[in-house]
Amino acid sequence: MVQHNIDIKRLKIPEPIVVITDLSLYYGKTLALKEITLDISKKKVTSFIGPSGCGKSTLIRCLNRLNDLIEGVTIEGNIKIDGQDIYAPAIDVTALRKKVGMVFQKPNPFPKTIYENVVYGPRVQGINKKSVLDEICEKALKKAALWDEVKDRLRTSALDLSGGQQQRICIARAIATEPEIILLDEPCSALDPIATAKIEDMLVDLKKDYTVIIVTHNMQQAARISDYTGFFMLGTLVEFNITTEIFTNPREKQTEDYITGRFG
Amino acid sequence: MKKLLKSGNPYIWLTAGTLTVCLLMIGGLIVLIMINGLGVFWPHRIAKMTLQDGAVVLGEIAKRESIPHQKDSYRTKLKVGNRDVYGMDFRWVDNANIVSCEYPTESLVFERREWGNMYGFLKGLKQGDDIKPVDLKEMTVLLGTSRALFKKIRRIEKKEIGNINYDMEKYRLELKRLTFEQPTERIQKKTAAIRAHIDALERSYREKEDMLTGLYTRAREKEIVALLADGTEKAMPVLQIIRVYAPNKMGFFAKIGFYFEKLWEFVSGEPREANTEGGIFPAIFGTVMLVLIMSIAVVPLGVLTAVYLKEYASDNIVARFVRISVSNLAGVPSIVFGVFGLGFFIYFIGGGIDKLFFPESLPSPTFGTGGILWASLTLALLTVPVVVVATEEGLSSVPTSIREGAYALGATKFETLWKVVLPQATPGMLTGMILAMARAAGEVAPLMITGVVKLAPSLPLDSHFPFVHLERKFMHLGFHIYDVGFQSPNVEAAIPMVYTTTLVLLFTVLILNLTAILVRNKLRKWYSTTSI
Repeated sequence: MVQHNIDIKRLKIPEPIVVITDLSLYYGKTLALKEITLDISKKKVTSFIGPSGCGKSTLIRCLNRLNDLIEGVTIEGNIKIDGQDIYAPAIDVTALRKKVGMVFQKPNPFPKTIYENVVYGPRVQGINKKSVLDEICEKALKKAALWDEVKDRLRTSALDLSGGQQQRICIARAIATEPEIILLDEPCSALDPIATAKIEDMLVDLKKDYTVIIVTHNMQQAARISDYTGFFMLGTLVEFNITTEIFTNPREKQTEDYITGRFG
Repeated sequence: MKKLLKSGNPYIWLTAGTLTVCLLMIGGLIVLIMINGLGVFWPHRIAKMTLQDGAVVLGEIAKRESIPHQKDSYRTKLKVGNRDVYGMDFRWVDNANIVSCEYPTESLVFERREWGNMYGFLKGLKQGDDIKPVDLKEMTVLLGTSRALFKKIRRIEKKEIGNINYDMEKYRLELKRLTFEQPTERIQKKTAAIRAHIDALERSYREKEDMLTGLYTRAREKEIVALLADGTEKAMPVLQIIRVYAPNKMGFFAKIGFYFEKLWEFVSGEPREANTEGGIFPAIFGTVMLVLIMSIAVVPLGVLTAVYLKEYASDNIVARFVRISVSNLAGVPSIVFGVFGLGFFIYFIGGGIDKLFFPESLPSPTFGTGGILWASLTLALLTVPVVVVATEEGLSSVPTSIREGAYALGATKFETLWKVVLPQATPGMLTGMILAMARAAGEVAPLMITGVVKLAPSLPLDSHFPFVHLERKFMHLGFHIYDVGFQSPNVEAAIPMVYTTTLVLLFTVLILNLTAILVRNKLRKWYSTTSI
């Protein structure tokens, strides 16, 4: 039996940066997200888990309005980032996307050099001075824990790197635009355990400067790196709590079934 | 039987067989053209035949075939040349009529600027009423001096007199333009100055003309006498002869050298004798330039159309209709495009340009007549569907994840398109361009009404400002084939040239395409490592 307690529905957390209230999303007539209400804390790692098709990716794509690109999407409810309604008509979508960076499931570096991949965002923002770009590139690559591996071949194609390195290039690319929030959509699903471990270490470091929201299929990963975890099923948020609570003392039966591997 | 059908093997045979048939047809086509085209410049032996009626003929054996309805009897086609004496180049001889056939080493081929080849023997140099015997070596020296003389004559005719004519025309037009204006004092002064220029030009023109007459008389003085097969003597000026050679004396390597010399002359020289002899350089040049201008015009047109259709237009009924129409455009007969080019580009746009910018030369048109620009634009219209379709495919091949990556970094739609999507779609666009070039290089019908000519007096690119003359008419290999093969006064002699020209056309298209493919591969690499 699912019983929603009002207090559980909106968990009290310190310093909420993202405030989602009663968010529902339709693809055409199909309901994909149902009345999600959720706060996300600043400079913490928040992970979303749940079986495939439960709407967790859809939710994070709402946060940088990437769903706008898909035809026939309608959204109800509202999302506030830094107190600003991001679906308000006056909002500048490109500015929002600079503030909310994203890393995708499959590494998608542009077919350009490593350097040009990383400085793509700053270039779009109109920064063209070479010394500034060099500095941004170095800083971003260091944060993405990739600098030592690629510093000697910044001018070679990013496509020549391994999958794990490509994914870190994508993370560096997202960092280079100086976002406040970084969304990661199953960033390790295409990678081997060693590459995954590297990225996980890096994500924990990133917490110092950024709010990290990660969608993952891997429950151990969520348990290892995140401070808060949300469990989704069939478009609804079943449970949202501090990670240790979710994994040691789930309140909902469905959550317990999922994390103990009874289904999913 | 059922089991066999079910195993799927017959379908493999069917598909493989069809492929084989296609390959054989293409291969056969190329081999046929090569066999017929490549042999043209090989120096064939000269046969001297004595016939039963006592007549003697001299010439190259062109063909041997059996006489229809008569068993075991053959006839031979002999290229006897000497069109000015015999009236035709070829003669059929029944093999039964041949008493003897030999290959005399002393027999020569005289390649002439007019009337085709002459086959015969060298008697000597005419000096007054006497004939002073000369041998082949002395003849070569004579030919050398006459070639230098000929070059000088040509230079005066084409370059110097050509320049004078060009300037004269310029001044004439300027004079005419001045008559449109108010006859103020300044204008009158200008007019007088121009008239003085024209007078000076006319004087120098007359000087050149006198010089030419002198050169021609000097050139005609030296005449050689050739002995034909039937014993008649034929005198001709040395100036008329391009080269003399004795194929029966040549060794294998001499023949190879001769072959390449002729081949080079063919691709680099200008045509002679109503295009049936000489080179085809202006036609190669015209074809290449036409295709290049066409590419420059078609790529932006097709790419922009495709970008709008694919990226911006919503997928509604109008967009679908436009897309179908564009594809169907590829099926419209090319001559229809030619008619459109004539009506729209030449008469409407060209006529408009003439009225606006070149009123002084009217009623004779400048842009309002066929020219390489209009022909290129017509071909660009013809090939635009190819580029549109290929570009759309190229755009589709750019994965959504890459676009989303750019959007997620705060790029606008245009920035994403311009900096991420288009560079990745470039190979697709270039593939479209390559297909367009291949199609355009082979197209002849629309050119025939938009500016191609049998013989263009000057190339569309020369030393006169502004160097590129897009309004000029031009020659084209495809049209050259049609003209030489079917419109020439001497079709039989010209047929080998048709094959050779076809071969050159094929090679030109091949080289153009290979260049484009190389560029595409380079760009593919370049785009993956640079900032654009």
